[in-house]
Amino acid sequence: MSDTRPFAITLDVGSSLANRTGDWRTERPQYVRRLPPCNHGCPAGEDIQAWLYEAESGGGGYERAWRKLVADNPLPAVMGRVCFHPCETACNRAQLDEAVGINSVERFLGDEAISAGWELPEPHAVTGKRVLVVGSGPSGLSVAYQLALRGHHVTIREQAPKPGGMMRYGIPAYRLPRDVLDAEIERILALGVQLECGERVGDLRAAMREGAYDATFLAVGAHVAKHTEIPGGTASHVLDAIAMLHGLEEGEPPQIGRTVVVYGGGDTALDAARSAKRLGASAPLIIYRRTREQMPAHATELAEAEQEGITFRWLSTIAGVDGGELKIERMELDENGFPQPTGEYERLSADTVVLALGQDADLELLGGLDGIEIVDHTVAVDEQMMTGYPGVFAGGDMVPAERMVAVAIGHGRRAARCIDGWLRDVPARPEPQAELAAFEEINPWYYSDAPRTVRPLLEEIRRQSTFEEVVKGLDEASALYEARRCLSCGNCFSCDNCFGVCPDNAVLKPGGAGAPYAFDLDYCKGCGICVTECPCGAIEMIPEET
Amino acid sequence: MSTPLPFYQTGTFAVGGRLLDEDDRAVQSDPERSNAITKGHRACQGCGEALGARVVLDAALRAADGRLVAANATGCLEVFSTPYPESSWRLPWIHSLFANAPAVATGVAAALRAKGRTDIRVVGQGGDGGTVDIGFACLSGMFERGDDVLYVCYDNQGYMNTGVQRSGATPPAARTATTEPLGGHSGNSFGQGKSAPLIAMAHEIPYVATATVADLRDLEQKVTRAMSFHGPRYIHVLVPCPLGWGSATGETILIARLAKESGLFPVFEAVEGRITSVARIRHKVAVEEYLRRQKRFAHLFAGDGRPDVLARLQTLANRNIERYGLLDDADEPTDIGLLDALATSERGPV
Amino acid sequence: MRKQLEGSQAVAQAVARCRPEVVCAYPITPQTHIVEALSRLALSGELERCEVVNVESEFAAMSVAIGASATGARAYTATASQGLLFMAEVLFNASGLGLPIVMTCANRAVGSPINIWNDHSDSMAMRDCGWIQLYASDNQEAVDLHIQAFRIAEALSTPVMVCMDGFVLTHAFEPLDVPSQEQVDGFLPGYEPRQVLDPDDPMTIGAMVGPEAFTEVRYLAHAKQIEALDFIPQVAEEFRERFGRASGGLLDSYRSEGAETVVVALGSVLGTLAEVVDELRDQGVAVGAVALKAFRPFPLEELRGVLGGAQRVIVLERALAVGIGGIVSSDVRTALAGLSVEAHTVIAGLGGRAITRRSLHALLAQALAGQLPELHFLDLRTDVIERELERTRDGGRPGPHAESILRDLRIVASGPV
Ligand SMILES: Cc1cc2nc3c(=O)[nH]c(=O)nc-3n(C[C@H](O)[C@H](O)[C@H](O)COP(=O)(O)OP(=O)(O)OC[C@H]3O[C@@H](n4cnc5c(N)ncnc54)[C@H](O)[C@@H]3O)c2cc1C
Ligand SMILES: Cc1ncc(C[n+]2csc(CCOP(=O)(O)OP(=O)(O)O)c2C)c(N)n1
Ligand code: SF4
Ligand code: SF4
Ligand SMILES: [Mg+2]
Repeated sequence: MSDTRPFAITLDVGSSLANRTGDWRTERPQYVRRLPPCNHGCPAGEDIQAWLYEAESGGGGYERAWRKLVADNPLPAVMGRVCFHPCETACNRAQLDEAVGINSVERFLGDEAISAGWELPEPHAVTGKRVLVVGSGPSGLSVAYQLALRGHHVTIREQAPKPGGMMRYGIPAYRLPRDVLDAEIERILALGVQLECGERVGDLRAAMREGAYDATFLAVGAHVAKHTEIPGGTASHVLDAIAMLHGLEEGEPPQIGRTVVVYGGGDTALDAARSAKRLGASAPLIIYRRTREQMPAHATELAEAEQEGITFRWLSTIAGVDGGELKIERMELDENGFPQPTGEYERLSADTVVLALGQDADLELLGGLDGIEIVDHTVAVDEQMMTGYPGVFAGGDMVPAERMVAVAIGHGRRAARCIDGWLRDVPARPEPQAELAAFEEINPWYYSDAPRTVRPLLEEIRRQSTFEEVVKGLDEASALYEARRCLSCGNCFSCDNCFGVCPDNAVLKPGGAGAPYAFDLDYCKGCGICVTECPCGAIEMIPEET
Repeated sequence: MSTPLPFYQTGTFAVGGRLLDEDDRAVQSDPERSNAITKGHRACQGCGEALGARVVLDAALRAADGRLVAANATGCLEVFSTPYPESSWRLPWIHSLFANAPAVATGVAAALRAKGRTDIRVVGQGGDGGTVDIGFACLSGMFERGDDVLYVCYDNQGYMNTGVQRSGATPPAARTATTEPLGGHSGNSFGQGKSAPLIAMAHEIPYVATATVADLRDLEQKVTRAMSFHGPRYIHVLVPCPLGWGSATGETILIARLAKESGLFPVFEAVEGRITSVARIRHKVAVEEYLRRQKRFAHLFAGDGRPDVLARLQTLANRNIERYGLLDDADEPTDIGLLDALATSERGPV
Repeated sequence: MRKQLEGSQAVAQAVARCRPEVVCAYPITPQTHIVEALSRLALSGELERCEVVNVESEFAAMSVAIGASATGARAYTATASQGLLFMAEVLFNASGLGLPIVMTCANRAVGSPINIWNDHSDSMAMRDCGWIQLYASDNQEAVDLHIQAFRIAEALSTPVMVCMDGFVLTHAFEPLDVPSQEQVDGFLPGYEPRQVLDPDDPMTIGAMVGPEAFTEVRYLAHAKQIEALDFIPQVAEEFRERFGRASGGLLDSYRSEGAETVVVALGSVLGTLAEVVDELRDQGVAVGAVALKAFRPFPLEELRGVLGGAQRVIVLERALAVGIGGIVSSDVRTALAGLSVEAHTVIAGLGGRAITRRSLHALLAQALAGQLPELHFLDLRTDVIERELERTRDGGRPGPHAESILRDLRIVASGPV
């Protein structure tokens, strides 16, 4: 038939493939993986976008998501409860409607793992190297986990009767149920990490020598409560928050009266006040020198405290304690926003004063180690997380950094890479940092409107007297929904848009549905529509080399 | 979508999505899609018409089980797809003339009927010039006779192939090679407008729809819907032309979206002469936001600008918004008759 | 079997027996009776498996025919005059695409001034549109040519226009034989397109062709018509064998052997002309006539063969190429190139003016007297012209050409009538 077709006016279908339009191009598109702001914001170093991506599938995706998650953080069920989630503060979706509830999905995954009994990956072949970790707080657990995975032998020495550090002896059970904490710690220990509780390290040099350790990671936290001079403040009514919370956990609830005043403005102050409420105080009062806005405690915690009947007195200091009375001085902010005394006083009756003014690290064990630099009660480390003493690394609350669990976990994770490098004599190279996926890279049009889910709270009445967990987890449907609110900033999430919008059919799906795309540079003219229309900013244009 | 989708980031806004059921993905997401126009065509970078035509025909091919014939008017689409010795088409396709695509399509349909080939369907297509101007008689005749043809107009608002001259679909104030903003003129004059879709509706044909390349899924659904009818059907697709509009080649879809979101280009569907649905504005924008991205309107912003002209254009958009109920709080626009629509305004979509 | 029939009815029946699958037309006098009749045949079911499309213009008619033909259907339309010109662009396209559409042109003058009567201005204006043009000398030939036209068109994959004089033939009743369905079926095989729009074998029809191949495309179109110079007589011969009468072919010579003066003409005037030839031959005057049946392709060789022996050739034309005069005659002159044959162009019968035996006799007498100018207008009312030219001359644009018009008119006026 084809031989009868007229010359030139009738053509074979698809013959334009002979015309390679790729050489029209002056710029070419390329797929990129940008750094999502959530990842950037996560001190633990989680690849949040990546695990949300897996979770978005639901079903078997949850385990895949959890596995991605625990590659960086072995305590997701804990973190899903106590993390202050800077990731959400950074989340691009906040500029669209509200941030993705990353933390609640993390908790969902963590809880799923516990109930399903998912196990951490098998450690690598044994290296024969021995590492001592001092302290079993999040930082110590994180480093132990990462080192164990790399095949090193890890011993944790912990002075307290149980592991967990401030996660157990600081954060109250109504925020972090202990069975959750225990389950996640158990899983780490199951990798072969040796834990020795009730073993205080008093002399590090001796401990290292005795155990013939190849390296040491210090994670002793900051447990020494700061005090302030309060005239008459030595009276027995005054106690510190750390001791109070510690005692609570050890089954020795502190003796407090009905009218409790907590002095301080951080999360510890809130925890102390809320615990006091549960121990029978009527309406614990928090006294803080500055304003509500300046309070370092997190807003959600503050709100929960208020719901529970905690009261506040802003711009006030305790000038003295006198029997059952407190002398309160009103403060004023100066033009720089600093509180200044006004000389105006009033009196308040209180039978207990709890001080929550922060903690310092107890660095006694370092005595005799040369080269260690102490800065403001903390130990300085270099970018390899190593102290001035070779082979001794440190992280968590005892080094200069923000004090939160995620930071401690991140330190442990980073330190493990460096310790591993140190042990193998190949210094760890800094992890590559991709360009940030700013909101401007996102094409918000493509995202459905989807308000954030709200985590259910325990009824208020039950928050007066029990240490039952206050914030509940999301059910599966809500967790899935929340995961799917993720914009997948800077990382392809297989929406097929580039494949669909190219006027030149120059986007290929070499692997079929769901697989990564590729550009057919033989035909791509470089118009850039794919770049504009990629919802998540995973394509960029680069000049064509001529 | 008739059945609600489970929530997924991009819902139905993106072309596909790994988490969507096959059936909920656009035809364009299918690695096995027909690619009615294949690569190697000579459309400009970022050509909306090339994209629109592929989307339309791929959807029509799917609806027709691959049994489709296309008749094409002269214009960019024809020129960039079939310069001897290369054709980009992968379906049976014929080009005859600028003005006669609807009639050629009728001829194809008549031949198929005579031969009892009910399995093969027919599409006619052309640019706005070929459709609303020079080919209008043929189009109207095809409608009026009730021929079994889906006709698709790719509206880039001008005679692009001949170098960007004014057509009956060129919006007021646009600069073209024949409506230069010279001698105090501000581009194309504010005429009475000519809404081919409304005129198509006046023929009371089974199906009329407007769409843009900014919403490929909507466009595909309209094609699919159109293919479910027999008799004459008309789809008018806004396809930005980077060359003629002076827009960035990467912004073709963005600009089509702004045309719709500003209200200047109402997107709706009509069955048997009555509007049955409109695509609501999701994020309303002022016309200025749409116009500013296009050099053909640059004279409205040069120097002191032409706020008076902008105001008139905004009035046109507002009129569309009111008339078609484009905002969310508007009454359900179902069942707007053509006459009702005409009664509320003296102008069609721009 | 001969029946008393109107030319249009007979043509419609003949077309119907060619089993067209798509008939699309737009009414224009004097074509109307043909398409009306075809509609009736289709509506009554006598013509089966045929879609009749009542289009909104001739432009659409030819466009529908293109779509139909490209889809493998046998397509037919008919028009005349303004209608033919309205489809001008599409005519070029149909031939360019090589689509074997058959069309009747019921020849009629082209306005302005609007005029519904017969001449050949319409089909002559479309001389170069790439179609084969066949001219019927009488209604029987019109019937027969349509049957042959489908055969030729489809074999060569090129469209064919059958020209029959408006009114003179279309509206004339005479005893005519319309071949039976079996006869036509035996002569005309089913349409086997060279290219077809088919999802099972998709192709792109109607590409854009640039300088690199356009000349070749056009040459091939020319070559196809040159092929037709052989094929048209073959078909005519086969037709003659099957149907027992001569119709069609490239040309028909009437008593032109040994003629000193030969009149060349197209269409129905041949009847009158033959009578005049007979009368003059009876008087011993060596005149003859040649009927040109195929104007495109133009049978240069064949014409040279029949005219080469004459001393004088008069081309009687029913169309005027304003600004030069003859249309057919310039082609005839090409055929006579190098021969010492004197050629005259006579413009006659425009807008339905009758070409009478009397006028033809006068014309031949003038020619035989050696007084026929190179370009002559038969029966021109010179008094009217002279008056009108004088009236509009005021101030005038004097010059040698203008002067010569008046001089010619006076010579003519004073010459034998
Ligand atoms: C009341 C309170 C509430 C908090 N709430 C939150 C919260 O909601 N979210 C959040 O992210 N962060 C919170 N934090 C901060 C967070 O708990 C810490 O930043 C984090 O636990 C630091 O981890 P780490 O491993 O460095 O130290 P720690 O958790 O303090 O662990 C250090 C461990 O080392 C042990 N140790 C110390 N010295 C020795 C030694 N010489 N020998 C052996 N063992 C030793 C300690 O017993 C302890 O177990 C809170 C802190 C407090 C005090
Ligand atoms: C009868 C006729 N007049 C004019 C032209 C020249 N011409 C070819 S394409 C074109 C403009 C096409 O405009 P449109 O139909 O809007 O298609 P576009 O190129 O803009 O996609 C014109 C004027 C022509 N080919 N035929
Ligand atoms: S939208 Fe997703 S990827 Fe982007 S910052 Fe938020 S959680 Fe991270
Ligand atoms: S001129 Fe416009 S419509 Fe034509 S190919 Fe270029 S971008 Fe497309
Ligand atoms: Mg156009």
